[in-house]
Amino acid sequence: MEEQMEQVVAMPRLGEKAPEFEAPTTHGMLKLSDFKGSWLIMFSHPADFTPVCTTEFMAFAEIFPELQKRGVELLGLSVDSITAHIAWVRNIEEKMGVKIPFPVIADLSKDVSTKFGMVHPGQSKTETVRTVFVIDPNQVIRLILYYPLSTGRNMAEILRVVDALQTTDANGVATPANWQPGDMAIVPPPQTQESAEERLKQGYECVDWYLCRKKV
Amino acid sequence: MACVSPDGKPTESGLAMLAALNAGKSSPEDIAAETGRPLFRVRSGLRELLGAGLVSEDGESFALTEQGKAVL
Repeated sequence: MEEQMEQVVAMPRLGEKAPEFEAPTTHGMLKLSDFKGSWLIMFSHPADFTPVCTTEFMAFAEIFPELQKRGVELLGLSVDSITAHIAWVRNIEEKMGVKIPFPVIADLSKDVSTKFGMVHPGQSKTETVRTVFVIDPNQVIRLILYYPLSTGRNMAEILRVVDALQTTDANGVATPANWQPGDMAIVPPPQTQESAEERLKQGYECVDWYLCRKKV
Repeated sequence: MACVSPDGKPTESGLAMLAALNAGKSSPEDIAAETGRPLFRVRSGLRELLGAGLVSEDGESFALTEQGKAVL
């Protein structure tokens, strides 16, 4: 029964408001709503002082300036204490020369990780898997990535999806497979026969009526 | 990054925010712009300063209390 309960814990879904929380972080007590008005990448890692997580933290710190240019804040999380987080980020700075500029939630109670479905018992009953939640300025969840404990994340892909989401919002378009900034975007499919015919006259680059691209 | 230390006194971050309030800034957005600190840190810092009795809140607007003025 307990195992069943774990499996039916509510998982946040795309298009839903991200669940509010207040949690201790390396930058003090923070609420999710403190980030309202900014894009936010909230991510979890399995544990402090572990090798893959250390490479990921250094990589997140490396893309932090690029995220800031895009109006994106970063917020880490693991089921570790504030003391462990502080010791680890100090160690990364001392041993690797990388300063960690973003706050990290100490979720010892698992309150936040449970709300966001970050603990996957099939991977670990005690650690969070490598999740990435992209949350927009209205605090709506726009994208979720899950990586297993053994696979470090790809920072280029994280920047790419932020660019794709922001391009989508700014231009009312979708982005095709392997889209990169500067590439043409997809014009959303027409909803009526009339608009399908009209769009062929609008100067888009169309393969057919349902697959049209435009510059953004 | 805390704005109030365990002894109840404002930290460097806290003092910067109090100074912004003293300069007439009242919204978290204006304080963030004045201090160069991220908005999320200003919002959490204002909660701390509020809890320490150094600022007062009226909706989205904040002001120094007499206690807050005294520490500047």
